[in-house]
Amino acid sequence: MSAGSHRVRAGGRIDRNEPRVFSLDGRRLTGYRGDTLASALLAAGVSVVGRSFKYHRPRGFVTAGVDEPNGLFTLGEGGRAEPNAQGTVVQLTDGLRAASQNAWPSVRFDWGAVNSWIAPVLQAGFYYKTFMGPTRRAWMFYERFIRRAAGLGAARHDPDPDRYDTHYLFTDVLVIGAGPAGLSAALAAGRSGARVLLIEQDGLLGGTLLSDPVTGQTEPWRARLEAELQSLPEVRILRHTTALGVYDGNTAILLTRRDHCAPDPGNGEALQILTSVRAKAVIHSTGATERPLVFPDNDRPGVMMASAVRTYLNRYAVACGRHAVVLTNNDSAYAAAFDLAPQIDRVTVVDVRRALHPALTAKAASLGVEVHAATAVTGVLGRTRVRGVTLTPIDGARSRSAPCDLLCVSGGWSPMVHLSSHGGIRPRYQADSAAFVPGGYAPGHFGAGALTGRFSLGEAVQTGWRAGLRAAAECGFERVSADPPAEPEGVAPWDTANHRIEPVWALGGARAGKAFVDFQNDVTVRDLAIAHQEGYESVEHLKRFTTLGMGTDQGKTSNINALAIMAGLRGIELPEAGTTTFRPPFVPARLGALAGRHVGQHFRPVRRSPLHAWHLGHGAQMIEAGPWLRPWYYRWAGETVERAYLEEMRRVREAVGLSDVSTLGKIDVQGPDAAEFLDRLYVNGFARLPVGKARYGVMLNDAGTILDDGTTTRLAETRYFMTTTTAGAAEVMSWLEFLVQTAWPELRVHVSSVTDEWAGIAVAGPKARAVLERALPGWDVSNEALPHMGCLEIEWDRMPVRLIRLSFSGELAYELYVPADYGTAFWEHLLSSGEPFGIRPYGLEALASLRIEKGHVAGAEVDPRLTLNDLGLGRMARPEKPFIGRELAARPLLDSPERPSLVGLECLEPGQRLRGGAILFAASDELKGHGRGYVTSVTWSPTLGKFIALGFYAGGLRHVGEEIVCAFPLYGERVRARITSPVFLDPKGERLHA
Amino acid sequence: MLRIHCPLCGERPYTEFRYGGDAGKHRPVHGAGGIEAWHDHLFLFENAKGPHREFWQHVQGCRQWLIAVRDTATNIVADVALARDARGLEPQGPGER
Ligand SMILES: [Zn+2]
Repeated sequence: MSAGSHRVRAGGRIDRNEPRVFSLDGRRLTGYRGDTLASALLAAGVSVVGRSFKYHRPRGFVTAGVDEPNGLFTLGEGGRAEPNAQGTVVQLTDGLRAASQNAWPSVRFDWGAVNSWIAPVLQAGFYYKTFMGPTRRAWMFYERFIRRAAGLGAARHDPDPDRYDTHYLFTDVLVIGAGPAGLSAALAAGRSGARVLLIEQDGLLGGTLLSDPVTGQTEPWRARLEAELQSLPEVRILRHTTALGVYDGNTAILLTRRDHCAPDPGNGEALQILTSVRAKAVIHSTGATERPLVFPDNDRPGVMMASAVRTYLNRYAVACGRHAVVLTNNDSAYAAAFDLAPQIDRVTVVDVRRALHPALTAKAASLGVEVHAATAVTGVLGRTRVRGVTLTPIDGARSRSAPCDLLCVSGGWSPMVHLSSHGGIRPRYQADSAAFVPGGYAPGHFGAGALTGRFSLGEAVQTGWRAGLRAAAECGFERVSADPPAEPEGVAPWDTANHRIEPVWALGGARAGKAFVDFQNDVTVRDLAIAHQEGYESVEHLKRFTTLGMGTDQGKTSNINALAIMAGLRGIELPEAGTTTFRPPFVPARLGALAGRHVGQHFRPVRRSPLHAWHLGHGAQMIEAGPWLRPWYYRWAGETVERAYLEEMRRVREAVGLSDVSTLGKIDVQGPDAAEFLDRLYVNGFARLPVGKARYGVMLNDAGTILDDGTTTRLAETRYFMTTTTAGAAEVMSWLEFLVQTAWPELRVHVSSVTDEWAGIAVAGPKARAVLERALPGWDVSNEALPHMGCLEIEWDRMPVRLIRLSFSGELAYELYVPADYGTAFWEHLLSSGEPFGIRPYGLEALASLRIEKGHVAGAEVDPRLTLNDLGLGRMARPEKPFIGRELAARPLLDSPERPSLVGLECLEPGQRLRGGAILFAASDELKGHGRGYVTSVTWSPTLGKFIALGFYAGGLRHVGEEIVCAFPLYGERVRARITSPVFLDPKGERLHA
Repeated sequence: MLRIHCPLCGERPYTEFRYGGDAGKHRPVHGAGGIEAWHDHLFLFENAKGPHREFWQHVQGCRQWLIAVRDTATNIVADVALARDARGLEPQGPGER
């Protein structure tokens, strides 16, 4: 067929004066403004658009909307490539580049079609059994081949160059879907004065009315309502917008596509907008989708939904064939037959029902449409295109074949119950419409139109109007200033609420040929029978066993047929079979749209110390530490971290260094009961801590395991200055607030986070005191005036300084806290004061290595699975005083001497290294399982000239001196090490007391 | 989206809050409860369907700990009070001792 041969000469909602040039697999094609990719391809005579998932059968378009299972394309290229886009909803734009998927080398000639010959291997349960069963190993082998053949579109690794926005909207009434019911509902609510947000996934308003002839009798009604809605100041209409989900608190998440605007990311224009809308009332007018009938070879290109064929004809001016057979079990499909009849060569209706509405048969006769009642289609001729059908009378008379190039199918209608079910309300079966309808609505939610299982146009307008009034009243808008809109004229006498459907679920019995239930995942009637035989009968099991409904279309066309067929196999009624759970999103959403602008540096907030700018300006290489950016090492000490941290450590051990510790959590604890509060909080006592003294403390959680540690200083009788770990700061603050507000409100104490208010600077090394003497003239910082764990509140340049003598590195060291805004000035003052002593800044790597040499726990050792005893800190606890966690810390198993507890490790093999995460075994152990312990922190110790580590080992320090094995199975490593005390340096503390 | 009416700040999305666990149980008195009491408090829950008293902290607002009564079946938050004030209230409904 030549290009353009299927376009009808006149009519439709396309603009023939505005051609749109696009390409499919590099082939240049032309459509018109108003086309979708699907309508333009059908107009061009492209009938095969993809290959099926498992069997690689040729497939064509089946629908004209969001329920399309077959017509999936990859749009665009590089980082812009969007896989699995439904051609039926993609608006045709100039320059659109589409590529077909799941076929190599082409959709017409596909090597994967060999799967059709080995099909028995791929029957139901193949994936399930190979994943879960004893043949799992085989899956590892086959996976490479199957993935390549069965893939849908491929995801890309390139960064997405497009921009996405997030909006927040508020409204009184949210109307989801602008078909006749939604238009009517929006008008009723809008006229009352309520704020109305009407959303429509299509670019045009009208829903099914858009599939009526443009010159028909419903169009004036549609146009009139659209015009009035646009004139109402409180009504806002979002087109190209789909509701992905409806959530608690009347929140809906909407996705607006803007492809048709060709947005320019360089100009800040978003490709898609994700909107979170909060409404006081929600109207569900989401309509219904036509469902297929199941019969052998019902997937051949040219087998389409009757309503879709009518949409292509009336909206897009595309005749999908010249000789159509319409197969139906209800009255709705006749509209397609009657609209096609004047436009194509021949139309035949095949109706499985015996008794037909006389008005239908009369109209058919007047249009020359042949009608076969009580007849079914039980087979399809043709492979890449329908060439004919097998007709079988229901009463069992002989089958005969009839030629055709288009088979229009209607198995009835399925309400789009997805959104109304997202809150957990299960759909209920309504037998007279053979449909699942919402099982109820959340408070403030209302349903209207075809969603309710009432499919006629008249019911849509009426139920919409009533829902609109009720929703407006829910928001306090009672008055409506005008009568309901007159119903559209020319409604056919056979347009009844249930289309007089007689449900049939599978035609053609056990004949040869595959009868598909789920087109996208290639699930057949036979697969359902296998699932039944194997006992996977419940809906959720059936779904997972056969993969039914697990494609990108989430079973929009397949679920009910599958449920009905399974109910038949089990001999139960359809409602007893139940439905699967409906979950957001209603249609696939791009990750980019969900991320919005939270990408790159905006992914999460970055915390910077008050000294950040100084670090950047003075050669610091920064590193992420949780949300913080901290100096990793400084270039003065070397160009690489491996060289620099050793030099920085040497400076601290031999002279003096300074380091930014502003990230430590800082909490101001004040009040007459501050001492009592801290006594309850820490395992060790703080009530008798003298003013002007600091103490290291450990907190447990209620379960009796480690929460956090840090140094707390008593500034006054009723005031303490607490520091926490960097990582634990937020958690500890929240915990303190919990205790003060809920557990112990009788305590007169206030806690306040001052982390951001104070800059913290550590000065460490044998020359540290000399630096302070020079930096703080007039203040006595001698060993007598300021002994280890002493604190002075002093001033520099009329600015308060908290000077606490404590050491993380094991050297003579101080921490100085100054108001954050003065942090840089004071840091520079310390640097210049220390210049004669060779002071230099040191970073996080050196800080960590210094503390490992000294055996201070931090980071990986402050682990909520561990106890005080595990850390070797058991003697800190004062069990005579109650403290949080005391009771559960005494659980017998937590006290076992065989628990892994803190040890030091030194590497015994020169040239080998220790690794964090290594598993520890005794020398005589077989190297398997979880071993006797693990390594938490490792460093090369320049002081000792070997790799050292901290870790946990069963029995702990009882094994000091033993030689063990550190295994790292991932790299196949095993290294000999010796267990030591965790304190590698200056165990008597002579340096820090100097 | 779940919304919580903070008595001090007004109605806010739950993303401004942190969940703080079951508030239907009385915390053992500090230093008084034994292992059993603390074990029950920390590890045994009713997992009720229906109204559930629970702690929430308005971390991105006033930092106050609140007690909210949330229906675990509908997610509707019926009642919110400052934990400081609500503490004296007797436990009520399922899941509380
Ligand atoms: Zn608040």
